[in-house]
Amino acid sequence: MHSKNNQNQSSAPIWLKTLAYGGLVFLHFPIVVIVINAFVAGDGGSTHFTLRWFHAAFAREDVMSAIVLSLKVATVATLLAIIMGTMTAAALYRRNFFGKEAITTMLILPIALPGIITGIALLSAMNILDITLGFLTIVVSHATFCVVMIYNNVVARFRRMPHNLIEASMDLGADGLTTFRFIVLPQLATALLAGALLAFALSFDELIVTIFTAGHEVTLPIWLLNQLSRPRDAAITNVVAMMVMLITAIPIIAAYYLTRGTESIAGSSR
Amino acid sequence: MQSTTITADTSKPFGRKLSNTLYRKSNLFLFLLLTPPLLWFGVVYLGSLFALLWQSFYTFDSFSMAVSNDLTLENYHSLFDATNLDIILRTLSMAIAVTLACACMAFPIAYYMTRYGSRAEKGLFYIAVMLPMWASYIVKTYAWTVILSQQGILYWCINHLGLSNALNHVLQIPAIGGNTLATSNLGRFIVFTYIWLPFMILPIQAALERVPTNLLQASADLGAKPAQTFRRVLLPLVFPGIVAGSIFTFSLTLGDYIIPQLIGPSGLYIGTMVYTMQGSVGNMPLAAAFTVVPITLIFIYLSLAKRAGAFDAL
Repeated sequence: MHSKNNQNQSSAPIWLKTLAYGGLVFLHFPIVVIVINAFVAGDGGSTHFTLRWFHAAFAREDVMSAIVLSLKVATVATLLAIIMGTMTAAALYRRNFFGKEAITTMLILPIALPGIITGIALLSAMNILDITLGFLTIVVSHATFCVVMIYNNVVARFRRMPHNLIEASMDLGADGLTTFRFIVLPQLATALLAGALLAFALSFDELIVTIFTAGHEVTLPIWLLNQLSRPRDAAITNVVAMMVMLITAIPIIAAYYLTRGTESIAGSSR
Repeated sequence: MQSTTITADTSKPFGRKLSNTLYRKSNLFLFLLLTPPLLWFGVVYLGSLFALLWQSFYTFDSFSMAVSNDLTLENYHSLFDATNLDIILRTLSMAIAVTLACACMAFPIAYYMTRYGSRAEKGLFYIAVMLPMWASYIVKTYAWTVILSQQGILYWCINHLGLSNALNHVLQIPAIGGNTLATSNLGRFIVFTYIWLPFMILPIQAALERVPTNLLQASADLGAKPAQTFRRVLLPLVFPGIVAGSIFTFSLTLGDYIIPQLIGPSGLYIGTMVYTMQGSVGNMPLAAAFTVVPITLIFIYLSLAKRAGAFDAL
């Protein structure tokens, strides 16, 4: 398994390489199937490349309204998460106090506990308070588990930021807001953006919690789930499935490049 | 001297004074920063969790199908009914099987990318693991329903390779079999393993990254066979990473209610049980009591994991 000679860069045994690349193939196999299905039309035995299902999907009102709703929810939830995540990170990164562990645990809890628990808990609370389910309740549930994405990225950046920069800025006459605007924010920018992209992708894809808090609203993942019981509509489903994949892949790759080379890489824990 | 500072202070604009105060009274600043997120998490999130727990003590009248506020332990009692115990054990054994399978598949991938991957190859592996991990859950599940269906690519391959007899034999094995791949426990197991595999790869990779290569070389130099080095040196060092990954695979499988609905035989899982109790049956108290099962199991698991040092590896 390990190098027989003492060189660092010996080549891998062939079985290990096979297993590793085999694993990658396994991970991408369903994705490839989705992409191929989106472009292929099977008309009575003959299969050929086509874009007509993209046309058909965009012409569908239910598809478009689901996409718009999901984009809106993800945007608002991400904004809320940015505010709360940054505040928590700013409060916790240099301080040690009683209950700090409890706060970080609480932030992780919504993604560590199975989604069904978060979902049903929020639903039961909303039922007790007689809140009508809809756009706002979806946003509330999504913001709850998006905060940790921002927090993780921003707190890592805060820790690497020399604190005397802030002190110097304040000594030179800048007030807190100016210091934040010109010293802190530029250093946080890429971490914030990476965290925001991940939070956006997480919210855009969320299904497990959303089912409970959406009421009669149909987000894109819920639309897809409903489609599974309509096999005759499969051609449209395939196209939308591929688009969903694309919409989330772009922010993930962007977040990776934004935080590459820093100690924590965005998205390494979900 | 003192008076000049005071006059200078009063002439300063409000923002400056506020900044100075906040800087000096850092506890006040901390408090102001933490209040909004703590309110959100304390009230919205923990409040909801407690509301849920509280409802698990309510009484459900199965004749009138109504929930009353009389407190009872009946819901917890019924968790130990044979059918409900069956559901719990079924889910638990799937979660354990999926966790083991994920660990076995993730290790070679993580090991290869850490030890042998060139810089470019590492980046490729990283993105190649991240993309499926973040790709939409429902899209991935949907893809598997397409793949596993009898008109799907897997059956096509198996038939063309002449393996359909072998498949039928596998599907006749009681615990994992079923009528078709899509309705068998084997199919469900494959999908679960697929969906949570990336969550195992990344923590193992992070743990492997921290193992110094010269330890392995020292072990080899001292005469250990590769298998011995693996078992005595590498595995103990990487174990916290494996446990960290297993937290995800275990917890996510335990609470899932979409995959058991779409793929595999009809028996209920904890997640599907909670979902139907809450939804179509309207028995919120029993649903709430059922959510306590994964919560308890996960907290037991977390405390074991903490002892294994997994939290440092997260």
